Amino acid sequence: MNFSLARTSLIAQADLVGIAGERAVCDPRGVLYFPEFRLLAVSDLHLEKGSSLARRGALIPPYDTGATLLRLQAVISDYQPSIVISLGDSFHDGGGAERMHASFRERLEALMAGRDWFWVAGNHDPEAPADLPGETVRELAIGSLLFRHEPSKLRIEGEISGHLHPGARIVQRGRSVRRRCFAGDGGRMIMPAFGAYTGSLNVLDRAYAGLFRLDTLMAYMLGADRIFAISRSMLRPG
Amino acid sequence: MTVEPRLAEQNATVTLPEPFIKWFGEKGWSPRAHQIELLARAQGGQSVLLIAPTGAGKTLAGFLPSLTELANRPRRKPGQAHRGIHTLYISPLKALAVDIERNLGKPVEEIGLPVTIETRTGDTPAHKRQRQKLVPPDILLTTPEQLALLIAAGDAGRFFEDLRYVVLDELHSLVTSKRGHLLALGLARLRGFVPGLQTIGLSATVAEPDELRRWLVSQNPLGAMAGLITVAGGAKPDISILDSRERVPWSGHSARYAIPEIYEAIKRHRTTILFVNTRSQAELLFQELWRANEDSLPIALHHGSLEVGQRRRVEKAMGENALRAIVATSTLDLGIDWGDVDLVVHVGAPKGASRLAQRIGRANHRMDEPSKAILIPANRFEVLECRAALDANYLGAQDTPPLITGALDVLSQHVLGVACGAPFDADRLFEEVRGAAPYAGLERETFDRVVDFVATGGYALKNYERYARIRKTRDGLWRVSHPRVAQQYRLNVGTIVEMPELNVRYVRQGRGMAGRGGPVLGKVEEYFAETLRPGDNFLFAGKVLRFEGIRENECVVSNGVGANIIVPSYAGGKFPLSTYLADQVRGMLADSDRWQALPEQVADWLRLQKEKSVLPKRGDLLVETFPRGNRHYMVAYPFEGRLAHQTLGMLLTRRLERANARPLGFVATDYSLAVWALDDMAALFKAKKPSLAALFDEDMLGDDLEAWLNDSWMLKRTFRTCAVIAGLIEKRFPGQEKSGRQVTVSADLIYDVLRSHEPDHILLQATRTDASAGLLDVSRLAEMLSRVRGRIMHKHLDQISPLAVPIMLEIGKESVNGGANESLLMEAADLVEEAMGQR
Repeated sequence: MNFSLARTSLIAQADLVGIAGERAVCDPRGVLYFPEFRLLAVSDLHLEKGSSLARRGALIPPYDTGATLLRLQAVISDYQPSIVISLGDSFHDGGGAERMHASFRERLEALMAGRDWFWVAGNHDPEAPADLPGETVRELAIGSLLFRHEPSKLRIEGEISGHLHPGARIVQRGRSVRRRCFAGDGGRMIMPAFGAYTGSLNVLDRAYAGLFRLDTLMAYMLGADRIFAISRSMLRPG
Repeated sequence: MTVEPRLAEQNATVTLPEPFIKWFGEKGWSPRAHQIELLARAQGGQSVLLIAPTGAGKTLAGFLPSLTELANRPRRKPGQAHRGIHTLYISPLKALAVDIERNLGKPVEEIGLPVTIETRTGDTPAHKRQRQKLVPPDILLTTPEQLALLIAAGDAGRFFEDLRYVVLDELHSLVTSKRGHLLALGLARLRGFVPGLQTIGLSATVAEPDELRRWLVSQNPLGAMAGLITVAGGAKPDISILDSRERVPWSGHSARYAIPEIYEAIKRHRTTILFVNTRSQAELLFQELWRANEDSLPIALHHGSLEVGQRRRVEKAMGENALRAIVATSTLDLGIDWGDVDLVVHVGAPKGASRLAQRIGRANHRMDEPSKAILIPANRFEVLECRAALDANYLGAQDTPPLITGALDVLSQHVLGVACGAPFDADRLFEEVRGAAPYAGLERETFDRVVDFVATGGYALKNYERYARIRKTRDGLWRVSHPRVAQQYRLNVGTIVEMPELNVRYVRQGRGMAGRGGPVLGKVEEYFAETLRPGDNFLFAGKVLRFEGIRENECVVSNGVGANIIVPSYAGGKFPLSTYLADQVRGMLADSDRWQALPEQVADWLRLQKEKSVLPKRGDLLVETFPRGNRHYMVAYPFEGRLAHQTLGMLLTRRLERANARPLGFVATDYSLAVWALDDMAALFKAKKPSLAALFDEDMLGDDLEAWLNDSWMLKRTFRTCAVIAGLIEKRFPGQEKSGRQVTVSADLIYDVLRSHEPDHILLQATRTDASAGLLDVSRLAEMLSRVRGRIMHKHLDQISPLAVPIMLEIGKESVNGGANESLLMEAADLVEEAMGQR
């Protein structure tokens, strides 16, 4: 198996997006890959969200962690990154890592093996995940990029963040289509949530006010096997 | 009146208490035979089903056993404990309960009975409910949901210990839905509290009275039935089909052509009720009538999406005979007594003969005078359907839907409710549940899976033991594990799960989204609001509104202007053509002698069809193919209703795709189905690649259905409903939407995860069962495919046939969302992306 070949063809097909001068692959599965650094960024895994809700009485299916890890495994095996950054809210709550089923923990550790793995602290999981390898950081600067969980109020060139779970909606021929998306204005990028039980919040919502240069804002909506770059004028609220 | 002779003899021995005889005398009435008969049987300890037409004094009959017993009861001495509820009355509509309180209160007062009557609905204020628990009325009028709540209360056993009778009104409409399942389970519980409990069911005429008779009593022993009293129908209704001076259109549902004639009819009568099948039709008709309303007659609008206050005002005006006409949907459908209605106009085809009888019963609530009704077909096929419905009504034919097996999501809700009330023993609860008719065939294994689901979610991955909602304790009883569980249950009780809706909030024009604080006009479905662009005009609550935008859970609107108006569509309220009527329509097509009863222009249309193409025999399926433009069309005429046709359309296009016919799309109506493709389908059939018979083979209901179903939005939608009813996810409440999409887990995401990890989960099973019966109408499609095997008649034509014109006109008509379009939403998403990608 020639990994590098697989990776090259993937990159050739996918949309390369510029962020503060760095080039990244916007993968329709919801991850960012920076070929230059062999770096993969993923955000808002919200592992163990199912069990977190179950604790409060909503017994929703306990398969979200498994589903999320399976998808993560797929992208990691495609890109074979040497650095992985999980951009915060990796676990839905502080006790998530402890609750995780042993088989899932093993799978996660297998994914982490042989790579530099960074857990960026999020609002759901401010502390390092219990008994897991990897390094927990508040934020991380690489090249001209700055990785952190919540987008800062000041516009910072090269900031990659998550937290808001961006989604976008368009109406075409009387039909409404809503998808998760990457939201970027060329300077900063907010990543879609990756977790199986994570929804999305429209990029036109008040929560995003002031974060982007509106004239260059694009929503990179996630399609089944490609990204659809939609300019702000096409987007609809709700 | 037909009665069983064995008990009829007892009539002589039944005596009404003195005050009742006096009251009847003062009124100049005498008790009717069926009222006395019912009293006799109830006094003999029997549960009874009373089938009678409107105006037969059904309500009084139903309460007579309770009232006479209460009249003879010694008064409560001061200091004695308050007595519990004596009689529970359950109706499908809140409005009906309120109506009964008024209608029953009158004789009770006039007779001078020491009987207290109160309602308890979702609208009853908390302090009154609290008081009802402490000082219960003798007769409590309520709904199935409220019964479920009462049962889930800790003191339920004591609260109901004095209960003697349960009166179930409009039973025929209660039993056909999941609400009926919930109610049946509630009744079973009540029987557990009070073994000698008697039930009295009141119903309009139904096809299978025995089903209802079993429903009323415990099915232990299996097959036990309540007694039956049937009152023959009163005067035959005087129904006509509008023989319009205007041209009846080929397609569409607005019946705009008939507005002047409808308006004339309103002017000639005192009070007219105009029934339509959908809320969007109601809005359109109301708008058109006001345009024609030169005399400014008081004409009102009533449908379920309007704000409650407005509905109540309309109902009040109706009761006071202040209105000349009211445009209504099924919200007014049941036996509510509204003033002096002397004409029922039914716009659009009535879709089912029983429904028509029910609606006509509205006019003139006296049995001995004929009710008057006019049917207004909106298009040519509806002329046939109206004719069939009309014939059926005279024949007294009945076609209420068959009862379905008890749903497992409802059972889950009930099991949790029982646990909230008191600890339960699984063996005993299983026996009790099997006493409810819809669950008479429930297997123990399924029941145990339901209990497991209620406890820990019932997943193969046993991860949630420590979060169990109910737990089996050492004494062998299942108990609620935390008081919070009961709180959550109370918030989520019920089986009516609305699709996400937005309040329509009115703001002053020109203020745009900044406007605040105007009145709420009602609700529209989120699906509809999402297709609007700011500045779009749409019709709602009888007004033209301008869409300003969506703000949280509100759709903000201002005054609009009347150009390019869109009518909201609602997913609910579209009835498919009943099996019985469909067969009648096919029969009428096949038999040219019956065309004499049709308007000339419609008969001409059929004659032309016979000349240019062919008319199928009653049991046959006609399939026409013809080229048009640069496409090839196939039109089939199964007459099985829109839902079944939609499912058929999905499956046929899948198969045609595999046969490389390159199908482009399809459209379905109640009567027919059209598929268009780039390739010549007739040539394919001829070359047997595949043959027409193979294309329509029943095996499409196997893998093809399965594969399509799994990705269908319909299944997701059904799953959401099941998950809410079963208590897996919570109902949405106004205001909660503010918490944002990123916090809650949507039902769609849960569905995707569950489907790929545990496809046999009990909730997915329940979902598939529901979808097959409901939105997909698979059983009807299956029956049709089996019926037409070897009887498919293919006619290839050079051009479109007269019979195909109506459905061809539907193609490309972008009705806003809803209906067939919604089913294409998923597919459309891909189209949109393609288009977007090429920008």
